[in-house]
Amino acid sequence: MTTRENKPRLTRDHLLALLRRMLLIRHFEEKCAELYSAQKIHGFLHLYIGEEAVAVGCMEALGPDDAVVATYREHGQALARGIAPGPIMAEMYGKREGCSGGRGGSMHIFDAAARFYGGNAIVGGGLPLAVGLALADRMQGRNRVTACFFGEGAAAEGEFHESLNLAALWRLPVLFVCENNLYAMGSALALTEAQTDIHIKAASYNMNSRVVDGMDVIAVEAAAREAVAGLRAGDGPAFLECRTYRFRAHSMFDAQLYRDKAEVENWREKGPVVRFEKWLRDTGHLHDADLAKIEAEIEAEIEAAVAFAEAGSWEPVEELTRDVYAGSAGR
Amino acid sequence: MSATKHMTYREAVREAIRDALGRDPRVFLMGEDVGHYGGCFAVSMGLLDEFGPERIRDTPLSESGFVGAGIGAAMGGMRPIVEIMTVNFSLLALDQIVNNAATLRHMSGGQFGVPLVIRMSTGGGKQVAAQHSHSLEGWYAHIPGIKVLAPATLEDARGMLWSALEDPDPVLIFEHVLLYNMEGDLAEDAGPVDIDRAAIRRAGKDISLITYGGSLLKTLAAADVLAGQGIEAEVIDLRTLRPLDEATIIESVRRTRRAVIVDEGWRSGSLSAEISARIMEGAFYELDAPVARVCSAEVPLPYPRHLEQAALPQPADIVAAAKALVGGDG
Repeated sequence: MTTRENKPRLTRDHLLALLRRMLLIRHFEEKCAELYSAQKIHGFLHLYIGEEAVAVGCMEALGPDDAVVATYREHGQALARGIAPGPIMAEMYGKREGCSGGRGGSMHIFDAAARFYGGNAIVGGGLPLAVGLALADRMQGRNRVTACFFGEGAAAEGEFHESLNLAALWRLPVLFVCENNLYAMGSALALTEAQTDIHIKAASYNMNSRVVDGMDVIAVEAAAREAVAGLRAGDGPAFLECRTYRFRAHSMFDAQLYRDKAEVENWREKGPVVRFEKWLRDTGHLHDADLAKIEAEIEAEIEAAVAFAEAGSWEPVEELTRDVYAGSAGR
Repeated sequence: MSATKHMTYREAVREAIRDALGRDPRVFLMGEDVGHYGGCFAVSMGLLDEFGPERIRDTPLSESGFVGAGIGAAMGGMRPIVEIMTVNFSLLALDQIVNNAATLRHMSGGQFGVPLVIRMSTGGGKQVAAQHSHSLEGWYAHIPGIKVLAPATLEDARGMLWSALEDPDPVLIFEHVLLYNMEGDLAEDAGPVDIDRAAIRRAGKDISLITYGGSLLKTLAAADVLAGQGIEAEVIDLRTLRPLDEATIIESVRRTRRAVIVDEGWRSGSLSAEISARIMEGAFYELDAPVARVCSAEVPLPYPRHLEQAALPQPADIVAAAKALVGGDG
């Protein structure tokens, strides 16, 4: 149910904050791509460009005590959750000052203070963790919510079904957020799923489930607020299928042979940032000077993040085996 | 000396679970049929009535789901005991055990530990064929980030669980199916035991027989036979398969100068191969004979009793292997 409390606050400050967060993710990711080409970032790098409205909208519904479980395409979630860009960038570099101490890299961002539980790079593997985090909250009498992000590719995994069933069976406060960007790496949804409406699968587990335009940050925020209000009221888990699109390649190794450039262009025109900016301008909330100011601030923030990463240190090789077990020192 | 209680291994495990539930409100038991059914090996019989469905939590047949939920609950501040019916079924949860439980502490730069205990049955001998009888604990012992225990005595069945729950890292406990009915006397005040050292269950000077879990009784029986033939065998119960108590193994082999490893797992790429290699690395020049191994035949465990027994290590096989080494000394 939509109440005054869980409606998005459509004040100018709030709207500009949403725009700012989406732009921060957009430009951070563009910088990551640049740094990957410059060989500052290695391994796999999965960019969130095009999907910004999902993380930004959903995070609005969470409080500081709530938990987030994300995937290997999690820079957007981490930034939207409020983790500082510096430690995230340092993690991309593999530096000790990274938010996982450099151990995880782009796919494994963790932050205990933000209750950010990864950064999970096995598709579907994060969903059972979210169920367990919510179970722990329930058993310890805490009214907290766990938001779990995953792509539509996860819906083909057994762990998706096992987790939805467990969460619904035990009425646990998990917000399942499906970022349906239409491609599981290079396999189109229609080539991999018999039922392409993912939210229908979730509804069959007897939970609140709906689809939302994942390119509309206000719509996502509204849907997430409504879902989270239900979670806090004890309604059991909720499922949001956010229809979105990845503008860039799956990872930096992807030649994108599986989709037309025209399709990508078509989605870009419906992009979450361009569309929101236009709406803000049309409604008189945003002027050129506002945007210039926001862009300048973000540019400075990202420059500072890169400088922080550059200035970071490499973990001494002597510490290689530290933290394999609690208290395990280096070799 | 304190009073003793006569009980089975099954009852010792149950006592350990009951004790843990009483000691710490964060502890709960979760798994298939642990509640209303009483556990597939009747280990948790009666606990549902005593502790209620929140803490004796029946799960759907979703090994990956409920093991992963155990990992999440452990990260969320609980101390879950997850029961998996058999090690064969645990293969459905390998993703969660290997990719999550074992990695999260290191991958998160030490921010998140997984203080989880997973109990499961292992081993053959009950004629339940090739999808319920295997001994795959050696596979798990390959994985950095987890600890692997194999209680072979009533004391360890009673005492290892609490120590495992107090451990800040994921601990897997393997209970051999043939041990559940084993009876013995356990001290009334039996409590937690260490989980990082091997135990010498029988002292001897002529040969070291190194084993664990369900093979301990067979190995002790073989040692009795050997004693009747003038060979004093030392029997080492590994107890903890990861990390291995290498010091106890090497110290024993340096004294006896001969070793037979008895492992119900298959020989190829196995825990027995690892122990053999460590003996080569640590005591090669003290050896008077090559290290020998008694393992299961390299077949999926068959159903008929005569074939199953032929596939599993038997006391006679251990005696023969030991005598071949001692005899080789001339």
